[in-house]
Amino acid sequence: MFKRIKATETPRVSFSFEGQPIEASTGDTVASALMLSGQTHFRNTPISQSERGPFCMMGVCFECLVEIDGIPNRQACMIPVREGMVVRRQKGAIGVETE
Amino acid sequence: MKACDLAIIGAGPAGMAAATEAANAGLSVIVLDEQPAPGGQIYRAIETVPEERRKILGPDYAHGAGIAQAFRNCGATYIPEATVWNINPDLSIDYSRHGGSAQVSAKHLLIATGAVERPTPLPGWTLPGVTTAGALQILLKAHGGVGDDVVLVGSGPLLYLLAQQMIAAGKPPKAIVETIDRERYIKAARHLPRALAGFGYLRKGLSMMRQIRQAGVPRFSGAHDIRIEGVHRAEAVVFSVGGKAHRIETTSVALHQGVVPNQQATRLLGCDHAWNESQRCFVPKLDVFLESSIENVFVAGDGAGIAGAKSAAMRGRLAALRVAQKLGHSNGADIRALQADLKRDEAVRPFLEALYAPSRDILQPADETIVCRCEEVTAGAIRRAVDLGAPGPNQVKSFLRSGMGPCQGRMCGLAVSAIIAERRKEEPEAIGYYRLRPPLKPLLLSELAQLEPEATRSEPL
Amino acid sequence: MSYDTIVVGGGLVGAAIARGLCKLGEKVLVLDEGDVAFRASRGNFGLVWVQSKGDGMPEYARWSRHSADVWPEFSQDLLEETGIDTAYHKAGGAHLCLSEEAWERQSALIKRMHNVHGAAEYGAVMIERKELDTMLPGLGPDVVGASWSPHDGHASPLYLLRALHDSIARSGGEYRAEARVEGIAKEGSGYRVTTRAGSFSGAKVVLAAGLGNRSLGPLVGLEVPVFPQKGQILVTERTEMKFSMPTLFVRQTDEGSFLLGDSHEDAGFDLTSRPGIMADIATRAIRSFPFLKNLRLIRSWAALRVMSPDGFPIYQQSESHPGVFSVNCHSGVTLAGAHARTLAPMIARGRLEEPMSAFSRKRLHVQAH
Repeated sequence: MFKRIKATETPRVSFSFEGQPIEASTGDTVASALMLSGQTHFRNTPISQSERGPFCMMGVCFECLVEIDGIPNRQACMIPVREGMVVRRQKGAIGVETE
Repeated sequence: MKACDLAIIGAGPAGMAAATEAANAGLSVIVLDEQPAPGGQIYRAIETVPEERRKILGPDYAHGAGIAQAFRNCGATYIPEATVWNINPDLSIDYSRHGGSAQVSAKHLLIATGAVERPTPLPGWTLPGVTTAGALQILLKAHGGVGDDVVLVGSGPLLYLLAQQMIAAGKPPKAIVETIDRERYIKAARHLPRALAGFGYLRKGLSMMRQIRQAGVPRFSGAHDIRIEGVHRAEAVVFSVGGKAHRIETTSVALHQGVVPNQQATRLLGCDHAWNESQRCFVPKLDVFLESSIENVFVAGDGAGIAGAKSAAMRGRLAALRVAQKLGHSNGADIRALQADLKRDEAVRPFLEALYAPSRDILQPADETIVCRCEEVTAGAIRRAVDLGAPGPNQVKSFLRSGMGPCQGRMCGLAVSAIIAERRKEEPEAIGYYRLRPPLKPLLLSELAQLEPEATRSEPL
Repeated sequence: MSYDTIVVGGGLVGAAIARGLCKLGEKVLVLDEGDVAFRASRGNFGLVWVQSKGDGMPEYARWSRHSADVWPEFSQDLLEETGIDTAYHKAGGAHLCLSEEAWERQSALIKRMHNVHGAAEYGAVMIERKELDTMLPGLGPDVVGASWSPHDGHASPLYLLRALHDSIARSGGEYRAEARVEGIAKEGSGYRVTTRAGSFSGAKVVLAAGLGNRSLGPLVGLEVPVFPQKGQILVTERTEMKFSMPTLFVRQTDEGSFLLGDSHEDAGFDLTSRPGIMADIATRAIRSFPFLKNLRLIRSWAALRVMSPDGFPIYQQSESHPGVFSVNCHSGVTLAGAHARTLAPMIARGRLEEPMSAFSRKRLHVQAH
């Protein structure tokens, strides 16, 4: 389990992950905020559907992909948290809207 | 399109120091960096880190604050949150920022994109809860987060530095599982006399080891047959030492086998690379001023070969001075002194490289181990493709899709080349590396479509 | 050690022929270059395409159609033998028209092609927008209609190549990479082929080295006037499967990625990816299917097509060097079926038979020099 060294260093930001409320600090990325709230499973691969989570935290591995505010395949470790963000797991290949 | 004398990709120590030096010499400089603030990975969050955390991270980290401040004040145009996705042969650079694509053009280019962690394929390494050691260090540096049951696995100075920082944060690692065996110490000892020139590094290393011992962190040396167990996430690290099996329960495994140059940009440009046997990685071929095989393209920092943050800043200054000299803005007086300083700073490297050489477990993973994480390609499939005649990573990529996923081969490239080399009984130099093409990072088609198109068909559709 | 046939070139053309020869019981050696070479096979868009092939050359139209006709069984055979699925789908193929002018031009082409195919039931038709909407989801407002043929389809060039190589290996064929050919000389009733990796003897030699045939041909009395034409292709991230039918410029692969292609550039041997051309491809793809704008480009590549002066394939046998053949085309996927099943038996018998005489470069004697 990952914890903050100091509970409240910066102002709080809240957003949701899979419908659950998540409390974060400003300066967090989506990935760090989720890791610090105990989340490990960020996505399922489009090939075997196997579970994956953050690996590099520096934008190179593309393992932390999530859907943010309806936009799929976003790198959670590169995106700062914002109040009210709606974050979901990236479940395999993305959908396309052809209508 | 913005134009400049020198474009720098990367705002880590090399990029920041180069920008400062070049701007002070009167050059117009543009710095593109993917992160929202300067520092690179080594000095992540250096401008905003709270005092308490700065103490935990230690004086080497804190040293970055001065470099960042000088960079902020130097007058270079700094474009953060800019993801470079293409570099053209005329040194114009396409980058994506806030959902739009833009271009800068440069007379000279400095690639300061640093290092990435060496691929560490072993059974279970794709499970959630398994990260690189660097990832946990970023979590600590940038976000003040630390795990309470972390097991560090592998080899290299970063493992001990991270352990020391975790101890300072009050959460020592649960264990350190080292892949270094006795033979390595003997091999490394040969390099000790030269390494003594870098005594400062050795002293720091010994001090880290002492702190880890005093904190009572269990260390296992000479570990092999390492695998990570778990169903939905990491549950335990399993390994053998001298014929004895061990199993340590944990929810967080941090892997590390050293860092290697990030080759994406230099490969995209088609710079010549050579295999560095001591560092076990490809390094761009550079002259004594850090200019690559492509005229006006320079490489500084760990991307030029792993040498650490101090060397990175010096290399950045060296490249900047050379560009200034070429443009008639400098007489190059400081160049020789910098080259001498660099040589001294790098003296410790052969010792470290021999001691912390990557483990055979990850260089030659078992057939069933996934190597390409994106496309889920195993070591065995790669070996079968070689047996079918594939002479190198590009044919293997065509056959199996390894390296075709969104990470563009960053997480598997060296491992794939090593497996092919071993199977074909050739040197990695002869095997080569993935050929890289734009985009360096995924790019929305809507952004691409906004660029000025070049018509390629005679008939309208 | 002597081979029945030495095939120079391990791309789609050489591998398909070699596979066909192996199946006929020949002892075959495939000589190939190294990991980095001008490999047209790696840059193929992956269409099995008939509807527009051979405007001006009926033999090529019928040859392409013949190949499309044998593709289903060819692909099935490869799957059963190697376990590798070429991802072939004969779902029909559409050429979208994005303007009235394009519609008129395409209609005229389809009319001409009916005559070219004659009694062979060409099968392609023009389809107006309303009906096209029932066949392809997500079309953009600019799409006026399309030409469509039931014989068209698509496959994975990469899996096809791997299946061919796998089949060659299983049938006792030999493959050597890093063996660029440096010389070909008569030796008894056959030939000695000298490469960087040693020299080899064979009764017959097939030159299937793409652009390399241009310099290899003269060694064996063949003139092969081919030149490079650059093509760039874009690939998106994986999405859910929506399209089994390919269009000429946009197709969804079995992995779920969309392939967007492809440019036609005369750029010599340059393989640089140019952002302006990538932008043009993206723009055209988005006009065809606006939903593509929200997808990410994750890869692109540039490759060199092997073009002849009139754009049609060149198949020839040497008069001065009996048993030596050259094969060149820019449709290594479409023609793979014909190459493996029809061309290879002719080569095994030692001479090209009808309809291949029409494909000699002699048809080009006016333009060639």
